[in-house]
Amino acid sequence: MASLTIRNIRKNFGAVEVLKGIDLEARTGEFIALVGPSGCGKSTLLAMIAGLETITSGEIYIGDRLVNAVAPKDRDIAMVFQSYALYPTMTVRENMEFGMQSRGVPKDEQKSAIARVAALLQIEALLHRKPGQLSGGQRQRVAMGRALVRDPLLFLFDEPLSNLDAKLRVDMRTEIKKLHHRVGKTTVYVTHDQIEAMTLASRIAVMHQGEVQQFDEPQVIYDSPANMFVAGFMGSPSMNFIPGEIVSDNGRTAVQVKGVDGPTILPLTASHAARLNGSKQVIFGIRPEHVSRSGIGQKADIATIRAPVEVVEPTGAETMAVMRLGDQEITGRFDPDVAPVMGETITLGFDMSHACLFDPASRRLI
Amino acid sequence: MSVSASTSAATYNSSSNGPPLRDRLAKLVPIFVLVPSIAASFLYVFVFTGWTLYISLSNSTLLPTYGFEGLENYASLWANRRWGIAYTNLFVFSAFYVVCAMAIGLMLALLIDQKIRAESFWRTIFLYPLAVSFIVTGTVWSWLYNPTNGFEFLIRNLGWTDFTFALTTDRKYAIYAIVITGIWQSSGFAMALFLAGLRSVDGDIVKAAQIDGASTFRTYRKVILPSITPIFLAVAVVLLQFSIKTFDLAVALTNSGPGISTTFPATYVYDLMFQRGQIGEGAAASMMILSALAVVLIPYSIYLVWHRRREAGHG
Amino acid sequence: MAEAVYTGTIDREATRANTRYIISRVVIYGLLAIFSLVYIIPLFVVVFNSFRTLPEISQNGLIAFPQSFRLDAWPDAWSTFCIGGNCEGMQKYFWNSVKMVIPATIISTLLGAMNGYILSKWKFPGSEIIFTCMLLGVFMPGQIALLPWAFILGKIGLANSVYGLILVHCIQGISFTTLFCRNYYVSIPDDLVKAARIDGAGFWRIFYKIILPLSPPILIVTVIWQFTGIWNEYLYGVVLNSGTNQPITAALVALSTNGTNVRVYDVMSAAVLIGALPPLLVYFFGGKYFVRGLTQGAIK
Repeated sequence: MASLTIRNIRKNFGAVEVLKGIDLEARTGEFIALVGPSGCGKSTLLAMIAGLETITSGEIYIGDRLVNAVAPKDRDIAMVFQSYALYPTMTVRENMEFGMQSRGVPKDEQKSAIARVAALLQIEALLHRKPGQLSGGQRQRVAMGRALVRDPLLFLFDEPLSNLDAKLRVDMRTEIKKLHHRVGKTTVYVTHDQIEAMTLASRIAVMHQGEVQQFDEPQVIYDSPANMFVAGFMGSPSMNFIPGEIVSDNGRTAVQVKGVDGPTILPLTASHAARLNGSKQVIFGIRPEHVSRSGIGQKADIATIRAPVEVVEPTGAETMAVMRLGDQEITGRFDPDVAPVMGETITLGFDMSHACLFDPASRRLI
Repeated sequence: MSVSASTSAATYNSSSNGPPLRDRLAKLVPIFVLVPSIAASFLYVFVFTGWTLYISLSNSTLLPTYGFEGLENYASLWANRRWGIAYTNLFVFSAFYVVCAMAIGLMLALLIDQKIRAESFWRTIFLYPLAVSFIVTGTVWSWLYNPTNGFEFLIRNLGWTDFTFALTTDRKYAIYAIVITGIWQSSGFAMALFLAGLRSVDGDIVKAAQIDGASTFRTYRKVILPSITPIFLAVAVVLLQFSIKTFDLAVALTNSGPGISTTFPATYVYDLMFQRGQIGEGAAASMMILSALAVVLIPYSIYLVWHRRREAGHG
Repeated sequence: MAEAVYTGTIDREATRANTRYIISRVVIYGLLAIFSLVYIIPLFVVVFNSFRTLPEISQNGLIAFPQSFRLDAWPDAWSTFCIGGNCEGMQKYFWNSVKMVIPATIISTLLGAMNGYILSKWKFPGSEIIFTCMLLGVFMPGQIALLPWAFILGKIGLANSVYGLILVHCIQGISFTTLFCRNYYVSIPDDLVKAARIDGAGFWRIFYKIILPLSPPILIVTVIWQFTGIWNEYLYGVVLNSGTNQPITAALVALSTNGTNVRVYDVMSAAVLIGALPPLLVYFFGGKYFVRGLTQGAIK
């Protein structure tokens, strides 16, 4: 059974169409991440699921109930806000009680629900405090606690970690993952951080310009992005895009790109070649981790190309290097032990089995 | 559950199959609550203005009548010598009052901004006249101006026996008695606004100017004051507004006298309407006050909107 | 040697800077003191004169240190002094003002809070235009509304009554109170209201449980503003009401302009202070909020 079904949802603000026909579905217990750059419509979509924003057209079902006309309070949802939206004049306990009081939940039930959730989130010691007396991380926990006491059908998270500092954000990410594992509730999680989406979600919807670009499992999205936007947005540093031309090299299909010593031939794998379907011009995409120093950890399907190294950025665990390829820069991810140095020209190996080919006109994956 | 999935699966449209009645009513609650206030404001702002405008165009005298008379009342108003005195007074008063109250207010604000001790004590002294009505201020100052036992008496007693300070009894200078009292009442207000402005200036700019070697004086002149120009404008507009509405102070201080020398437009309206039974002409005079306010406020609002847009545009 | 000379100049520079600092401080405090005197003297004059005897006032003038002390002026001003032929002192007018100012302040503040809440948190198409129209009321000169009010109050039987003035001040006050509250509520995050809606709270519950508990700062500002404004108002008081139904400001003018008898400055001083005391008390006890109201009312 699906916990959330979204069919052809559209939203107009005046003449501006911010959502252009969204279809999504969350199976019970699933963790769906809506990810995309700011302005892509992900928060609007979440607000529409919550009932805080009207629907221009389309249908939203929570469980098997059409909720288009249902008020937020009757949708059986709970939401965690980016700003946490804790009621500043109430203690933590009162914050958690508020929703249950509004719904007329019996007092002893309220008590036991708060006790259960406070124990789960380890916030028992904070119950008598006001939000102003809490740290950012504690507020975050309380905001989740307020959502959890309600035991709703659907959890909505609106960029809940973006107000935390980097270290805390990673910790809370892990916490949310654990929590979801334990509670097992269907969750829709909006974020602009693709790492959060990758680490947390069972399926990710990548949104851009009011449309879902791709809706699939994280690894599928990472390995076979539907188009260049998804390929570029998911993964950091971004996938390298190199314009190229399809040529035949000794009977083998290959892509020819501009290299430092003129055109360079990169032979394609058979499966890529089979999908080409007569394309002449392509965009060749390769992720930084599939760019290596030729001759190191050699695998099959390696194509080599020479490139001068322009910038080297060590991060400790790995070293990024920016190399020049014609009028294009490409990034590679290296083991610090074998990282190139600035100014040297090295021979790179592209792992062709992980390469992606895009159509330059439609920007779609070939 | 009021809407079943099957009935509306084909084409859902928010109007064809609307929300339950309870929810629809709930949506209207805010509007219902707002309606009395909207009606009251509409009555006050539009109906009353239209009404007074109409009376100003009618031949009303003692009681409102609705015989249309065109601009007759305006013509007779502008032909009246007393109205001439009233608006001349308004110009004189506005010019001195706005400029001096701003100058003194700015000076006090700058003094208080010098990290002085007991800041709130000083502020309390400069601001208390604002809590008091113009009536009280005017009454007390009329005593101080009184030559037989006010300032003049005090100075003469101190030994300067031919000292004269008789503003309120002199037709020519009585207006300045009102100016001085107005400044006394309002410069604290200008101070409060300027001080709020000075305190809102980004501290880093000031530090940067100090590191650049600017003196305190130069820092104020070149860095801080230019960044609060909107405050100058706001203070000027508010004070102008006060001066156009001046009524209580003139009544309590000089009661338009000596003679009619300190008549203001607002006091003249009162006089026409309720002492002389010239309702039509009084309404015309009050429309002139409204126009004067509009002349000040409409450009200012346009400026504000423009300014906000520009700020928003810059980030 | 060189070192000694060096420290010498530093000392001299330091002394010069120090002298300059002291001079500037003297100038600053000197100016502040002079201006304070100008501001405070009128208040002292009235307070002193309310305790001096009349003969002493006429002998030494109004501006003088008291040489005598008596309290009689105060009860006289309160209950026996004649104003416009009515010899009951200020008390009737004082209570008129109290009866007017308390309901008008409470009602207009509550309306403003509701309006501000709706216009910031329950916006609907056209709500911005409605807000702008309400805002116009802030700038309207009272003279425009005099005739219409006189007519309307006459029609509904509230002419020459304190209730009429309450109605007038409530309606005139809506603009200001709505402006204050709306601008304050705009700064409360919308997410709080959204969270409360998801938590199942409706329009009223959100107002009582979320917004009102956050409102004391703005409600204090609004109440102080309305209280001092209505207490100090003169035009409507003198035009719409007459005789013993007038508020205290009108009585003060009547008292100082009935020039037939000799000027009893002691009693008049006490009367003026009775009229000025309530807003002064509000100012001294709510100073911070009073100033906040002033600056907000002006700059918005």
